[in-house]
Amino acid sequence: MAQLEEVTIDQYKHLVSERALTGETMLLNMGPQHPSTHGVLRLLLELDGEVVVNCIPDIGYLHTGIEKNMEAKTYQKAEVMTDRLDYMNTMGNNLAYVIAVEKLVDLDVPARAQALRVILVELQRIASHLVWLGTSGLDLAAMSMFLYCFRERELILDIFELVSGQRMMTTYLRPGGVWRDVPVEFEKAVRDFIKIFPRRIDEYEKLLTKNPLFVDRMVDIGYLSKETALSYGVTGPTLRASGVNWDLRKTRPYCGYEQYDFEVPVLHEGDTYARYLVRIEELRQSLRIVEQALNKLPMGPVRSENRKFVPPPRSEIGVSMEALIHHFKLWTEGFPAPNASIYSAVESPRGELGVLIAGDGGPKPRRVHMRTPSFENLAVLPEIVKGHLVADLVAILASIDIVLGDIDR
Amino acid sequence: MEKSLELIVKDLQDKFGATYEEFRGEVQCMVKSEQIVEALTTLRDAHQFELLSAQTAVDYYPQTSPRFHVIYQLTSLAKNLSVQVRVPVNGDQLKVPTAAGVYKVAVWRERELLDMFGIEFEGHPDPRRILMPEDTEGHPLRRDFPLGYEEPQFSFNFEEIDLRKPYAKE
Repeated sequence: MAQLEEVTIDQYKHLVSERALTGETMLLNMGPQHPSTHGVLRLLLELDGEVVVNCIPDIGYLHTGIEKNMEAKTYQKAEVMTDRLDYMNTMGNNLAYVIAVEKLVDLDVPARAQALRVILVELQRIASHLVWLGTSGLDLAAMSMFLYCFRERELILDIFELVSGQRMMTTYLRPGGVWRDVPVEFEKAVRDFIKIFPRRIDEYEKLLTKNPLFVDRMVDIGYLSKETALSYGVTGPTLRASGVNWDLRKTRPYCGYEQYDFEVPVLHEGDTYARYLVRIEELRQSLRIVEQALNKLPMGPVRSENRKFVPPPRSEIGVSMEALIHHFKLWTEGFPAPNASIYSAVESPRGELGVLIAGDGGPKPRRVHMRTPSFENLAVLPEIVKGHLVADLVAILASIDIVLGDIDR
Repeated sequence: MEKSLELIVKDLQDKFGATYEEFRGEVQCMVKSEQIVEALTTLRDAHQFELLSAQTAVDYYPQTSPRFHVIYQLTSLAKNLSVQVRVPVNGDQLKVPTAAGVYKVAVWRERELLDMFGIEFEGHPDPRRILMPEDTEGHPLRRDFPLGYEEPQFSFNFEEIDLRKPYAKE
């Protein structure tokens, strides 16, 4: 076992200013355990009084080796790892992964499954934005927001429990469709949510959008220019608040997003307040998509009929020898994928969630890489916090909406 | 392949002698490691690939030449196109010029590749590990790095395994 060495400033010499070496500025750890870092993130701050001179993020505290673990599992079984990646966006991670697998093995997905995926992923986007809204409110001393947001999020998690049996780690979307059809109560539960939620968004806005205490903390704080954002690979609402109209749901539609009528909010201010406004508007737009998808929800199968990749339904196993063989083969050996690699991306609540899968001809992937949006979004943080107060750093960190499980993988 | 993408691939072929493969509509260009910075600069400036969507590597162990492919997934927002550039890296010569000067996100992504695969990026401004602790031995995402697990201890081999266990003693 390697010897533990004491951490000295020499390690960070090239990252801090000259003044830190002479002791003129102070080095301060924010985190790893800190309520406003939204997880285990350590920020090494160089402070001149209360002004941030340099910020050095230190990540990896939540590294669980998901990519390595996926290499040891068959394509179906590796899916459970994706839930644990970004625990605010489990359905979205499933979607990114299953779309990549479907692309790799060229698998069809029935229309009903596509529509169900859209409904669930958009609900998940709302749930994720609600957690962001609640926690960033909490960071800026709007305590009650947290309670209101989690109240509504609970309704969405109840819907997930209804369809998949789990509130968070759902693994409901599967390669070739979804696990099983939704129960009859599903439609009413979603309709109830659609009915109450617009008024709740108005309620949040009444509390925050024009609240001077809240606005003062956000306007002109943490300006992120378009060029910096693109160079750092920032995507999602953070990029759209900097004036770039880029949403994969519009530009490269998947799961039939082209059938739905929705707008992509884009603002040009690039500050913390703009990022807030973009996400609030996304709540409304996601709700529109859910409503349209539910109205159009077609009847029919929810899983592909291609038995080489999708296990047969339970009812067939008792009567068909072939179905039994397929079931057995798929759950013991798995299905083979070609010796090639593909990259596919979806729009997660935080940005472009890409999956790169390299197959090796066998039933297990050679390499799965998850291109997680929080990683890039955090990489830009040192650029945008320079010159702000520590209290503003909290607001900026909340506004870029990171999830540490998503960064560390 | 789309027409606009064909022109870009042709440009890469002419300037850098790139070879390309197409699979399920995705284009993967192979570029030599000496030319990668120039190729990325060309793609960014002449063809508007503003976004380095992903930078990662694939380990083709036990194959040794090339053992790794370093992958650059580029996206053009203006043209709505994607192209993948790959750099083959041999197992005995793990050095690639850094792309940090072209795309700033490469600073973190290359630290991750150094950490996970042990691929060194020449001229990198901050070559430290990023996810694993500083004192980790080995590079976890290599195919020859074992997936960690704990050996089950029974009464007959309890002490034997206990000696090997990686926790602090005394």
